[in-house]
Order: sequence, then structure tokens, then C-alpha cells
Amino acid sequence: MWEYTDKVKEHFLNPRNAGEVEEANAVGEVGSMACGDALKLTLKVDDDGKIEDAKFQTFGCASAIASASALTEMLKGKSVQEAEKITNQDIADFLGGLPKEKMHCSVLGRQALESALSNYRGEAPKEQEGEVVCECFGVTDKEIEKAIRENNLTSVEEVTNYTKAGGGCESCHDAIRELIARVREEEAPIKKPKLSNIQKIKMIEETLEREIRPSLQQDGGDIELVDVIGNRVLVSSLGACAVCKASELTLTHFVEAKLREHVWPELTVEEVPK
Amino acid sequence: MKIIYMDNNATTRVAPEVLETMLPFLTDLYGNPSSAYSFGGQVARDIRKAREQVAAFLGASPEEIIFTSCGSESDNTAIMSALNTGKDRMHVVTTRVEHPAIKVLCNELIKRGYRVTEVPVDREGRLDMDRYKKSLTPDTAIVSMMWANNETGAIFPVEEAARLAKDRGILFHTDAVQAAGKIPIDLRQSAVDMLSISGHKLHAAKGVGVLYVRKGTKFSPFLIGGHQERGRRGGTENTAGIIGLGRACELAAQRLEEENTRVRKLRDRLEKGLLDRVPNSRVNGGGAERLPNTTNISFEFVEGEAILLLMDEFGICASSGSACTSGSLQPSHVLRAMGVPFTMAHGSVRLSLSVYNTEEEVDIVIDRLPPIIEKLRGFSPFWKPQAQACASGT
Ligand code: FES
Repeated sequence: MWEYTDKVKEHFLNPRNAGEVEEANAVGEVGSMACGDALKLTLKVDDDGKIEDAKFQTFGCASAIASASALTEMLKGKSVQEAEKITNQDIADFLGGLPKEKMHCSVLGRQALESALSNYRGEAPKEQEGEVVCECFGVTDKEIEKAIRENNLTSVEEVTNYTKAGGGCESCHDAIRELIARVREEEAPIKKPKLSNIQKIKMIEETLEREIRPSLQQDGGDIELVDVIGNRVLVSSLGACAVCKASELTLTHFVEAKLREHVWPELTVEEVPK
Repeated sequence: MKIIYMDNNATTRVAPEVLETMLPFLTDLYGNPSSAYSFGGQVARDIRKAREQVAAFLGASPEEIIFTSCGSESDNTAIMSALNTGKDRMHVVTTRVEHPAIKVLCNELIKRGYRVTEVPVDREGRLDMDRYKKSLTPDTAIVSMMWANNETGAIFPVEEAARLAKDRGILFHTDAVQAAGKIPIDLRQSAVDMLSISGHKLHAAKGVGVLYVRKGTKFSPFLIGGHQERGRRGGTENTAGIIGLGRACELAAQRLEEENTRVRKLRDRLEKGLLDRVPNSRVNGGGAERLPNTTNISFEFVEGEAILLLMDEFGICASSGSACTSGSLQPSHVLRAMGVPFTMAHGSVRLSLSVYNTEEEVDIVIDRLPPIIEKLRGFSPFWKPQAQACASGT
């Protein structure tokens, strides 16, 4: 038997708001019998956008019933905007936590809420987005990616706990692993490849040639690369630029900006006497 | 709160007579049966007696009895022994509805390069005999088939299946853990080569099992160590457990009649009482020949774990084939193999009785369970009372 918190047990034994709200103007239905859990959420939202009443119906285990009961309690009295912000983790937290294998019950609650709110806004019921990855439970790549992102999941087992995907015949495990890798990749901070000094100097030369000198030369000036020390680009102004009062501004606003854009974001430009 | 225990296929209470037999071996008579002095020798004598009791219960001779630690060890030993002595035979035949002790082992064997055929069952949990016959090949090392199913109680035609295997020179093992003590077992005229039983399923203690190995069967031990069990299972004997099991087998033989009369009647009363009161319910495996103590009922549109936890509030112990009670997400592989629809499989409850259950307890369950189903259906999105009540004719 699972270890449930007292709050889960309490909400399971005495579920609040079971049933259907009469004249509901927000209805959300998710899950399926095949998955072994399904949830229907009915809400009555008043003219000011406040949730007046919330009820649920569920085919599910103790934690599904408790999650649905908790969700309806959390929703009552909230504005639609506030309700939108409720996450599956909020539902689990409200209950003092759920066994990790049962987190998908809280996800079901969140999905029912989303579906109810989009119904309230008069949006057509969302077509299933993405492609089914897990045939056993009919879970799509989009749903899996979302769960990975929102809950920071790193293993197939965790994905199963949150979405059920992979909990059956296991033939989708490889596909789930790929999705995890893909999301991880996206989330990794974008790193520019490190440049060697030679590459950096070459790129600076090219950028000067292509992007900078033609403009300066139009005004009768010019610029010359003297040296590169780390990210410091040492240059000398020539012609009109050498005597121009605004040359300092040109260097930072124009030359430095161009070099940062085309070569390396941390470059600084300094004028050195020729 | 009084506990109403109806989960005897999971485990049973230790019979008071068994406990009494065991106690001296946990207190004063702690000698090692392998010792030379008489203090140990006395224990050895009692183990011998237990071996005779178990043998008599199975219609075997004492040399054919190996004491193990549990049914799973017996099952594993039987299959591994057949493969180790089976001269390059790489094929195992089993069924889709076996206990994990066989099922998981077979999955492991596949990884090691063996072939495994799982013979299917029909909607009632009956073995597909045609497919069984076809599955036997010259390469088959062993057939391992449970005698009775732990979830539905469905009984397989083990004697016939064993005969078919023997005719083709294939070893036959049966996991009789659920059958022992509930239906007669007599290995004298049988074609069964190996058979497993487990102590705690028949009112002995946990941690003791038996593997029967027919005389003349090639055998390779699983647990290698001392010379215990004539070298076929090394390791110091669980003396109290073994001696208790001997007594439990004696009791089980005496109670076989009661199991098949009084207990069967209780089970039927329970089943009928629930089916009559709860629309959209059905017995899984009800069409098969079944153990007298087991009923597996599905209540449509509600989920098993929720039912069990609400029953627990009344002290009623049962189990479920629902996915949510286990770590997995798929409902019981047994119910799935039988093609029980998902709606039904998720809402299944297994009630398994023993000689210790009473009519009064059965009536309490008949009383308590229907309102629980009604409560849960009250907020099930799939339950439409009027329409469904009409459709099911109630
Ligand atoms: S396809 Fe995902 S578990 Fe079967």
C-alpha cells in the first residue's frame, strides 16, 4: 500500500466538491479509461471572472480523488487569472506531497484545469497536439516535453511518474530518452564556441574590412588593427578619424558594437597611438 | 476494529496448531540438525517427520522433498535445474498468467539467449490447449505451468499438460503454491516431474517452501553450500519453519473437505451477494474451473485502489488487480491476458477466503462493499446510473 499523507487520506475519504456544477460555464475533461484515470472539472465563473463554484468527477485511485478534491478547493474564490497560475506541483504541495509514482494524478488536475479555462474562454477544444509517443497510454511528444520542462525531469522513470508514458510495454522508452535529451539540449545555456586567438584575429580583420572600414572611409577616415590581447582590441584611427572629436564615440558605438556582434560578445575596443 | 481477512491468496495466518508445533524449535530445541550430538539429533528427527508429512500430503516419498526458503526459490530452482541439465535445450514453455517468480525469471532467460513461449488463456482464464500442444518442441527443456492462478483461482489441466510433455521427453514443473491445500494433489500416478509449494499460503510460517523433485529426475542445485537436503539445497535448515510446514500439510489434508464444502459455499454466497447488489459487476474467470476460496470481481467504472482503501476503513483486507495498487501502471497481467476490458480490469477486487472465515464476515462484506462502489460511482465521470442499470437488466 502507498504511503499517503494525512491530508491525501482526508481528501480521499471525504472528498470535497464531488459532482457536477449546475450551469457550469467552464468544463474540462481529461484522461481516459484506458489510462485508469480520468477527470472532469466543472466550474462556474461569475461576471467578474471569479470562480464561484468548482466540482469534479473522477475515475481514479485515492490520490486522483484527493488531487481533484484539493484542486476544487484551491479554485473556489480565485479569479481566472489566478487559477491559470496553479501548477501540478501546487496541487501536490496542497496535499503535503504525493508518492512520486502518483505525481501524474496532480498533472491530470492541472490538465483538467487548463481544459476548463480554455472552454471558459470559448476556445475550441484543443486538438491533440503532437505525435503519440507512448501507444499504451496515448501520450504525445508535446505532453512529454512539457512535463520534462515544467518539472525538470531527467529520467524515463520520472517521465512515467508524471505522464504515465512508458509505464506499459516499455517500447517507447528510447523515444522518451530522446525527448529528454532534446529538451535538456534546448535548455543548456547557449554557448558560443570558443575561438582560438588566431581565429579571433582573423574574424576581427574580416569584420573591420567588411563592416567597418567602408563606412569610415566614406567620411575620409580609416582604422587599423594594432593588436589583440584577450578580449581587448587595440586599434589606431587614421585620416579624418584621428583628428575627429567624436572618434571615441565612433569606437564604442560603432566599431565595438560591430565587433561584438560579428566576432565575440565580450570584446572591447581601445585606441592606441600609432 | 475487527479485521476481516479475505486476502488468503496473498498470505495466510499461521494456524495455532502450527505455531504450537514450531515454538519449541524457537526456544529450547535450538540445536543444529547437522550436529553430531543428540541435542541436534532430536531436531533432525523432527525435520525427518516434517518431510514425511509433506510427502504424504503430496503423494510423494520423503526423498523427493527438498525444503527451500519460499515458492519463488522452488520455482527458480526447478527451471534453472532443467536448463542446466537439459543438454543444449534452449526453450522454455510457460503461460501468460504466471506468478512473477516465473514470469520475471523467463524475461531474464530471454536476455540470456533462451527462447520462451507463453501459452495464452481465454477470456475465462482457461489455458489454450491447442496452442500449448503446438508450443512443445524437441528443443523444449521444461514446461512450467501454475496449477491454479493466484488472481482468479482458475485451475489449469496440469495432469493432462504434464502427460503431453512427458510423451515428448520434456520435463514438467508446476507452481502449485495456490493449489496446495485447496484441491487434492496426488503425485503418485502423475506425470509431473517437479512441483513448488509455499508454507505461508497454507497456514505455515513465511520463509519456508518445498520443491518436489520426482525420483530419477536430473537435478542441479540452485543454492550450493553444505550437504543439507542431500546436497540439493545447501544452507542451514529453517528448522521451526520446516517443522511447522509439516504440521500445516497434515492440517491442510484434513481440511481439504472443508475447503471444498463450507469455504466454497461461503465464497459462492459472497460472490452472489455482491453481484446481486452491484450492477455492472462480473466475476473474472467465473466460467473456469476454480479454486473454492477465490473470487475476483470487477466493478465497472471505479478504480480498485480506491475500493480497497475504503474497505480498509472497515477493517476488510482484500487485494486488487488494479494498476494503481502496484508500482506499475498497467492493470494485472493476468486480467489483461484474459482480455478483461480496461474499465473492468482497473476496478477488480480479489477476495480469497480460508477456513478461518465465517458466514458473519461474509455478510458484513456483502453489506459494506456495495455502498462503497456506489459512493465511488457517484462521482465517476463514466457512470450514468439509469441508463446503465437498464442495460444490465437490474
Ligand atoms: S508504448 Fe509506451 S509504454 Fe507501451
